[in-house]
Parts: sequence; C-alpha cells; structure tokens
Amino acid sequence: MAEQIIFYIIATIIVFSTIMAVTTQKIIRSATFLLFVLLGTAGLYLLLDYHFLMAVQIAVYAGGVMVLFIFAILLTHEPGVDVKFEKPGRIFIAAVAALAGLGICGHIIFYNVNKFYTYVTQSEFQMQDIGMAMMGTDKYQYLLPFEAISVLLLACIIGGIMIARKR
Amino acid sequence: MDAFNYSILILVLPVVMFLILGLGGKYMKPVIAGTLGSLSLAVMAVLAYTTAYQYFFEVGKGADGVYQAINVFHFQWLRFTDTLHIDLGMYLDPISVMMLVVITTVSLMVHVYSLGYMKGEKGFQRYYAFLSLFSFAMLGLVVATNIFQMYIFWELVGVSSFLLISFYYVKPSAVAASKKAFIVTRFADFFFLVGILLLSYFTGTFDFATLTASNADICVSSTAGMSFLGMSVLSWAMLLIFMGGAGKSAMMPFHIWLPDAMEGPTPASALIHAATMVVAGVFLVARLFPIYHFGAPEILTVIAWVGAITALFAAVVACTQTDIKRVLAFSTISQIAFMLTSLGVSKFGDHEGLGYMAGMFHLFTHAFFKALLFLCAGAIIHAVHSNEMGDMGGLAKKLPITCITFGIAWLAIAGIYPFSGFFSKDEILAAAMEHNFPIYIILSVAAGLTAFYMTRLFLRIFFYEKKHYHHEPHEAGPSMAIPLIILAVFAFGAGFVPFSKFVTSDGVPYDAHINMQVAVTSVLISLVGIGIGFRLYFKKNDIPDKIASSISTFYKWAHNKFYFDELWLYVTRNIIFKRISATIAWFDKKFVDGFMDSLAYVTQAASSTIKNFQSGYIQQYALAYLLGALILVVGFGGWLIAFICK
Amino acid sequence: MGRLEGRIINIMGDFITSFLSGPVPIEAYLAVSTIMFFAGVYGFLSRKNMLMVLVSVELMLNAADLNFVVFNRYLYPGQLEGFFFTLFAIGIAAAETAIAIAIIINIYRHVKSIYIDENITKMKN
Repeated sequence: MAEQIIFYIIATIIVFSTIMAVTTQKIIRSATFLLFVLLGTAGLYLLLDYHFLMAVQIAVYAGGVMVLFIFAILLTHEPGVDVKFEKPGRIFIAAVAALAGLGICGHIIFYNVNKFYTYVTQSEFQMQDIGMAMMGTDKYQYLLPFEAISVLLLACIIGGIMIARKR
Repeated sequence: MDAFNYSILILVLPVVMFLILGLGGKYMKPVIAGTLGSLSLAVMAVLAYTTAYQYFFEVGKGADGVYQAINVFHFQWLRFTDTLHIDLGMYLDPISVMMLVVITTVSLMVHVYSLGYMKGEKGFQRYYAFLSLFSFAMLGLVVATNIFQMYIFWELVGVSSFLLISFYYVKPSAVAASKKAFIVTRFADFFFLVGILLLSYFTGTFDFATLTASNADICVSSTAGMSFLGMSVLSWAMLLIFMGGAGKSAMMPFHIWLPDAMEGPTPASALIHAATMVVAGVFLVARLFPIYHFGAPEILTVIAWVGAITALFAAVVACTQTDIKRVLAFSTISQIAFMLTSLGVSKFGDHEGLGYMAGMFHLFTHAFFKALLFLCAGAIIHAVHSNEMGDMGGLAKKLPITCITFGIAWLAIAGIYPFSGFFSKDEILAAAMEHNFPIYIILSVAAGLTAFYMTRLFLRIFFYEKKHYHHEPHEAGPSMAIPLIILAVFAFGAGFVPFSKFVTSDGVPYDAHINMQVAVTSVLISLVGIGIGFRLYFKKNDIPDKIASSISTFYKWAHNKFYFDELWLYVTRNIIFKRISATIAWFDKKFVDGFMDSLAYVTQAASSTIKNFQSGYIQQYALAYLLGALILVVGFGGWLIAFICK
Repeated sequence: MGRLEGRIINIMGDFITSFLSGPVPIEAYLAVSTIMFFAGVYGFLSRKNMLMVLVSVELMLNAADLNFVVFNRYLYPGQLEGFFFTLFAIGIAAAETAIAIAIIINIYRHVKSIYIDENITKMKN
C-alpha cells in the first residue's frame, strides 16, 4: 500500500513537471523541470526494484546531461530573457496532434494491456548477475553492445570536440 | 483498257516536271526550265491528240454506236469500310477526251508564249513549275473516275491558281487578290463538299459511272421520298454541288475573285482564268448532267437563270471598264454564264440535248479564242507597259500580227460567220429559244453587248487616236507570235468541227443543223453591236462621254461593278467578323484558353502547396510523421490487436 | 467527532485501503510514460528554441526507457532484456545530447541565434 501512495506522489510530480517543462516561457525553468522529471523517473525505477538503473539514471542523466544543458543555455543567451512567443497556429496544431496521439495510445493501453501480465514480487538483482550478463558472450549476454557503445562514446567525444572547438 | 494505257503519261508527265522544276529550278538556267516545261507539254499534247483520235474514231464507240465511257485504270486508294472507299483512276468519255485536247493545247501555247513574255523575270523556273502543277491538276480533274477524286483535284487546281495569282508576291495587291480567290472558291467548295457527302451518303458510292448509269437510277431510287424544307434531298445535294461549281466558275455572287485575279502574269491568266480552270464548274454540271436531268430538273432551271443573269450583268459591267484585262475577265464571266445557261435549258437525248452539246461546244471554242485574246493582251501590255486603255491607241500599224490575231478573236467572240464563236453561240441561242424564251431574250441582249464591248476594246487599243509613246512599241518576238498565230487558226477553224458527232448528252452522235432563224437574228444583233461600237470608238469623239453623263448613276454603278465587292466586304467585316467571329474568339479566349490556363494554374497552385511540404523544417516533418503514424495505428491497429489477441 | 463523521471516515479508510491494496497496476505506469511521451511530442513540434527541442527529445527518450523497464518488470520478471536496453539507451542518449549541444553552440557562434526560423536557411555558412 505504501508503494502505491509513493507511486502516486512521484507520478504526480513527473506529470506536473513535464507539462511545465514544455509550456514554460523561460528556458532555465524548463531545464529545471526537466531535472525534476529525470529524478522522478529514477524514483520510479527504484520502485520497480531496479536499483542499478536508478543509479545510472541519476549519474548520467540528472548529473551529466542536465549540467550540459545548463552550460549550453548559459552559453547561448542570457537567462531570464523570455523565450520568444510562437505562433498560436503552430501551438494549436501541435497540441491537437499530441492530444490525438495521447488519446489513441491511452485507448490502446486501457483496453488491451490487462490481459497480459501477472505480478511477481522479486528480490533485487544482484550486481554480480548484472555484471556477468554485461560481460558475457553467451545468448542473452551483452558484451557486443557494450563494446559498440564504447566506440560510439569515443566517436561522440571526438566529434563534439571537433565541432565545438574555437577556430 | 489496254489500248489507252499510254494515256496515263498525260497525268504523270506534268507532276514529274513540277517536282523537277520546283526542286531543281534554282540550279537550272531559266531557258532550260522553260524549254523542259514546254517540251513535256508538247509530248502531252501529242498523247492527248492520239487519245482523242483513238477514242473518237477507232475504239470509243460501242456496239450500238454509242460512245462508251472507258476506265483506263482504276485503283482503290483509301479504304474506310467495304462500301466507303476513295478511288483514283482515269475515266475517258467524250467530254473528258475533249477537255484533254483543249487543256493540253492551250497549256502548250501558254508555255511557249511565256518563254518570251516572262523573259528576265525573277522566279522564272518557279513559274514553269506552277504551270506544270496546274496542268496536272486540271487534267486530273477532267479524267476523274469518281466525284471525290474530282474534288481532290478541284482543290489542287484552286491551290495552283492561288500560287500563280500571287506570283508577284511582293505586290500587296497581288497577295490580296490571291487570298480573295482562294477564300471565295474555298467557301463555295464547302457547299460542294456537303453536296458530295449528301449524295454519296444516300447512294453509297462516289463513282461517276455508277451514279449516272441508266438514267441516274441509283440516285433517284435511293433518295426517293426524302425531303428537307420542301425540296427533295437529291435536289439539295445537286444544288450544293452546283454552288461549288458556281464558285469556281465565277457566277454571281461568287464572281468577285475573277477580276482581281488578273494581278497574276497574263499567260497564267490566259491558261487559268480564261480557258481551263473557270470552266471546271461547267464541266462538273456536264459530268453530272444525267443526275440533274432525271433527279433534280428544277435545279437546272435555277442554273439557267443564274447563268442568264450573270451573263447580262457581266456584259454590262464590261462595257464600262478601262483596264483591258478587267474587260476580258468580265467577258470570261459572261461567256461561262452562257455555257452554264445552255446546260441549264438542256434536256436529255438527241435533239433535246442540244443545250448540253452547245454548252460543251462553246467551251471548246471559247477556250481557244479567249486564250488568244489574253495572249494578245499580254503582247500589248508587254509593248506599251500599261494595262489601261487610256494609254493605248493607234497600235494597228505598230503591232500588225497582234492586231490581226486579235481581230480574228474579236470576230469569233462576237459571233460572226464563219468564225468559231458563231457556231457555238448560235447553238446555245437555239437551245434557249426552244426551251425557255425569256432566257433567250436575255442571252441575245448579252450577246449584243458582248459584240459592243469587244469592239470597243479592239478599237480603243488599235485605232481611236494616235498616241505618243515614250518608247516605240514593237511587235513581240517569235516565241510570243507563234502561239498567237496557232491559236488564231484554232479560233477560226474550231467551228467547223462536227461537234454533235462526238459530244452529246447521252453519247449517241447525231447531226446538228443550223437553225436559220436564230442564226440570222444573232448575226444581226452582233452587227448592230459592232456598228455602234465603230460609231463611238473608231475615231476619238465625245459621244461616249455624253452617253455616260446622261445615264450617270447607272454608269457609275456599272463602272464600280455594281458594288459587289463592297457588299461582300461589308458582310464579312460587319457581320461575320464582328458578330460571329468576335463571339467565337471571345469564347475561345475565355473558355478554351481559360481552361488551359486554369489547368496550368491548378498545376502551379498544387505544386506550390506541395512544395511547402519540403520546407526543411524538421518540426513539420515530425508532425507529418506523427500524424501518419497515428493514422496507421487507427487504421490497422484494430485489426492488428484482434490478430494478436486472437 | 460524531458517529456520522466517524462512519464516513471509516468508509473512506476502507475505500482507500481496498483501492490501494495490491501492486501498482501496470496501466498507471504506462499512463505516466504516455503523458511524458506526448508532452515531449508537443514540445518538439511547437518550440522555436533549439534547446527546448532538445529537452523535448530527452523527455521522449525517457518515456520510452520507462516503458521498457515497466514491461520488463511486469511481463518478464526473471529476464533482463528491457533492463539492458534501457541502460544502453541512457548511454546513447547522453552521447547524442552532447553532440547536439556542440552543434547548437557552433550555430550560435556563426549566426548569433538559436531560433529555428531565423537565419538558418543555408547549410554552408
């Protein structure tokens, strides 16, 4: 029961923050609301017994990406100045599309999903299991994606430096 | 038939010569081109005479002494359905053989004459090429086996005439005249075509032999009982066909093109507008005569009256004209009207078919003396360098050969015994008197006027007064004089040909006698006309001017050709152009152009709308992507989920 | 407190405990992630500042990751595919965001503006 109450609190925070993040005029506030969303998502991961993932989320997203965003915002204009106002037509179309999508997806979910699952309580995953799965080469083990992502990160680092260096 | 196979050369030679002279004329010296053209025509003339001799004296008569129509050769050219096909071929019967002789003779004379007349002109080779083309077209017209082939060659003759009238294409008046000729004849040919289509729709055939066989049986039976606006369908068809012929033969009210067509070179006028093309209408009526007589006799009456009125009208106008070629043009109109009237009053069979025979006879003799008149006029114009009567006078001593040959032609056209015109005109008047007395009166008056104005012309040119010329007019060279002499011989002797033994309405030869009553009356009338002419014009005096001023209004009207040109111009400009053409042009601009423009506009509008889809704005792309995905989900999702959930 | 108020509180308490007993229904998690996703869509389609667009992209990625984790937990409790997918997705998203921000800063240096509809119509400058 406590689980459910905590879930509803976190869910409320997430929903409120996402809506504020995309509708606010000031960009720093938008970044801040994004941060709350990321932290809330981490909380949800914790509720689902994925501790490692929660840690990664906080470390990478909330810590790394958000800092990057704040730097970028501060580098590209003065904070506190309003974001320019968009055309009402554009907002309207985007809102309509988003709401339509929401309606359709919601309909699909609520009509169909409860046929599929059963809930099983489980203990948390052991880190050794996660580590073995990450570094293993059998079926259902993820060495190859791990190496691939490390190459990708290398490329991104080099690319980022190349693009953003001062001439 | 095998005996006549060589006669195909009569058609092939001129078209080959046209191609050679037309395409290669630039590279030839003018003399070579002229000689080639004349030589080919000489060969054609020999062939034509051989054909005529063979046809009339040896092979042509059938077992019962009736002249048969012979198909020399005949092939299907275009085939639309089993019954609808256009053939080409050569068809020999009395009138077409006679026309072969006439056309080749006159054309040969014109070719030889032009060697001298057109010497030094720019475009000499082009001229000979067009002359060959015209000869080909006219010969094809007279030997046509079916009415559609005749229509094809009819149009081709119109084109050649157009090309020759506008030979001096740098003169705007020549260009205007050629356009007028072509448009007026083309307009009349529209009616001709409708008539052909009507006739062939009901009878199912174009062929002359079939149409005129057994008293035009097929025409009468297939259109029996059908009528439109009170006249039978066959009458309508024949009336429309006659209107086409009237356009080509310059009958009222389509005559307006012929006086203006005198802008062309004089030998061309002699060939086309005197002797051959303008008689195509007469030839058409003669060819279809059985249908006219048995199927639509009331149209023959119409033809007779149109001819009679035109004859009188043209003769009146000719009395007042001062350009010598214009006088000859109106004279031609008048004489062709004589021929058509004669056909109109004719009946069918032996002596009843006198009008037919007389009309054809007059065609035969008229070709010679009218061509002679034009060629003489050409010699005079060549000598004096002017067309107007006012610039001429007293040329009798200076141009002796021209004077004598002109005199022979003058007597022929006036109808004095024993020149050829007497015989043919006498037969026409006899036919008219027998069948339709009022027309006889009109024709006699016209004949008298003919004598008068031709005398006026002759005297004004050669006598009248001594004029002072800038450079001495001299007689033309041999190439011009020889054709004059030959044609004068024909103009004199053609009357002695026993025509009724060769050409009659039903192919049966018979003996024709001169009706003394008619003959004496007509000669007397002509002598009266000549006498008045001599009194007024032998020496210069002021009686003509006094007469002219006393009937001044009528004189003014006659001098301006009864304002027919102005009337036609008014009709075309104010009625056709302003009302009909303007409306159609407005419709074309608004609707047809508007439709096309709107197609273009719609395409452009659509493209600029679609262009916006490729804006480069990623948000727009994302929106499209999202909407597409949603639509797909909604469209297929239900089916998909049912499939998954089973 | 009277007996009426006490009864109402009892009913409310029963209702809450009955409603809130048991595990969190999967629809709730999915509803959250759906709302997050479509809020991200809205932001992506309607914002003019490039950084806001990037924020919206992050939102969408997060929503997808949440979806993966939730399904992994509820439908395949013993297995780890969704978990690892999400792990790698987080890493890749971080790398991609870094590059995007580098590009945006570059653009800002040249055109002095990071609004989508101003001045940025040619590739080469």
